[in-house]
Amino acid sequence: MSLNTQRNISTNPTPPPSEGAGGRTQYILEIADNSLILGQRLGELCGHGPSLETDIALTNMSLDLFGQVRSYYQYIAQLSEEEKTEDDIAFLRLERDYKNVLLVEQPNTDFGYVITRQYFFDVFHLMLMQQLQYSKDETLSAIAKKGIKEVSYHKRFSGDWVKRLGDGTEESHERVQKAVNDLWPYTNELFEMTETAKAAVEAGIGVEASQLKEAYYKEVSELLREATLEVPESKYFHKGGKHGVHTEHMGYILSDMQFMQRTYPGMKW
Amino acid sequence: MTESVTHIHPKLLDILKSVPDPEIPVLTIIDLGVVREAVVLEDGSVEVKITPTYSGCPAMDVIGDDIVTAFAKAGMKAKVKLVLSPAWSTDMISEEGRAALEKYGIAAPLDATADKEALLGNKKRVKCPQCASKNTELVSQFGSTACKAQFKCNDCLEPFDYFKCLT
Repeated sequence: MSLNTQRNISTNPTPPPSEGAGGRTQYILEIADNSLILGQRLGELCGHGPSLETDIALTNMSLDLFGQVRSYYQYIAQLSEEEKTEDDIAFLRLERDYKNVLLVEQPNTDFGYVITRQYFFDVFHLMLMQQLQYSKDETLSAIAKKGIKEVSYHKRFSGDWVKRLGDGTEESHERVQKAVNDLWPYTNELFEMTETAKAAVEAGIGVEASQLKEAYYKEVSELLREATLEVPESKYFHKGGKHGVHTEHMGYILSDMQFMQRTYPGMKW
Repeated sequence: MTESVTHIHPKLLDILKSVPDPEIPVLTIIDLGVVREAVVLEDGSVEVKITPTYSGCPAMDVIGDDIVTAFAKAGMKAKVKLVLSPAWSTDMISEEGRAALEKYGIAAPLDATADKEALLGNKKRVKCPQCASKNTELVSQFGSTACKAQFKCNDCLEPFDYFKCLT
C-alpha cells in the first residue's frame, strides 16, 4: 500500500505489537483503530448512500479516515522491532487486539444511525486531534494537525445532517431520535482513560480524554436541542472496546475486512 | 503558523515541473505545492519529499511513481519520501496553479474565513469558472475528490467543482 514498502507477512495471526515500543504502540492503536473501523463502516456505504451527494460525502470521509490510519500504522510499523507493515497491523490482528471504541463498530442500520454515529464520533475526534497536536511525539502531532483539517469538515457535515433530520419530517425526526437514544450509551467510553492512555499522558505524548467530557456533552446536547431532539438521560453506558472486548458486530466487520489478506497472504495493490 | 518554505534544488525543478497532478492534470505538482524538498544526495541520486493534500489522497502513490519515472527518463535515480509536517494547505498552491485551475473549470480556493461562508452558502463568494457569476450555491461539501466541493451556478446553470480551502 505504501511507497517503497518492504513486505514480509507471516500467515499466522500476529500478536499485538505490544513489545518494544510497547506502551506507545498500544496508545496509538487506541486512537487509530477508531479511524480504521469507522472508515470500514463508511466504506460499506459506497454505492448505497441515500443520494449521490451523501454517498460521495460518506466515502470521502471514509477515505480521510483510512488516510489517517495509514499514517498511524506506518508509524507503528516503524516503531516495531519486528518486520511489520501497515497492512499487517490493519489486516492480521485478532479481534481482541483491536482497541477501537464500541461506537464506531455499530452497524449502518439506517441513515439516521450513520449520521448520529458519525456526529457523536466527530465531535470527540476533533477535540482529541486539537489536543493531540501538542503531543511531544512529533509524528502524532503531525498526524493530528493534518487530521484537524479533515475532521472539521466531517463534523460540519454530520452536525448539519443531524439538524436536518431532527428538524425535518416526522419520519426523519423519529428515526434520528431512535438512533440518538440507541447510540448514546456508547458515548461515555470515548472518555475512558485506560492504563495505557494514562501512561501516555504521563509521558507527554497522550491526551487526557476524560477532560474533554464536559465540553463534549455540552456541545452535543446543544446541537441535539437545536435539532429539536431530546437529549437522552440514560446514565447506563457500555464499554470494553479499549480493552479489546467488542460487540457482536466486530467479528463480521473483521471477517469482511480481513478475508482477502488471509486468503491470499501478502497480496498487495 | 504554516511554514511553507521549500528546498528544491534548481537543477531538479524543471523535471519536477514536468510531473502533472494525476487528478487535475493542468496542475503540476510544483503548482500544487506538494513537493516540500528535492535534494541531490552524495551518491548522485535524488531524494524528493512530498506531502499529501489529504491524508487519504489516493493520488500520492501515483505522484510518487510519476516522480521516479520522470527522473529515470532524465537518467537519475530518485527516491520519494512522504512527509506530514508542515501539513499541506491551499496557500501552497502557486498563483500559476490557481489560474490554471480556473481555466480548467475548477473554482480556486478562497481565503480561510470566507470558506465556511462560501461552503454554507451564507455569502455568495465563489465565482463560477464558466461565466464568472457569483450567484452560485453549494450542492455538496464533498466532491469528486477529497479536495473538492460541488457547486452550481444559478445563472449559467452549470455545475462545477470548488477546490476547498484548507489552511
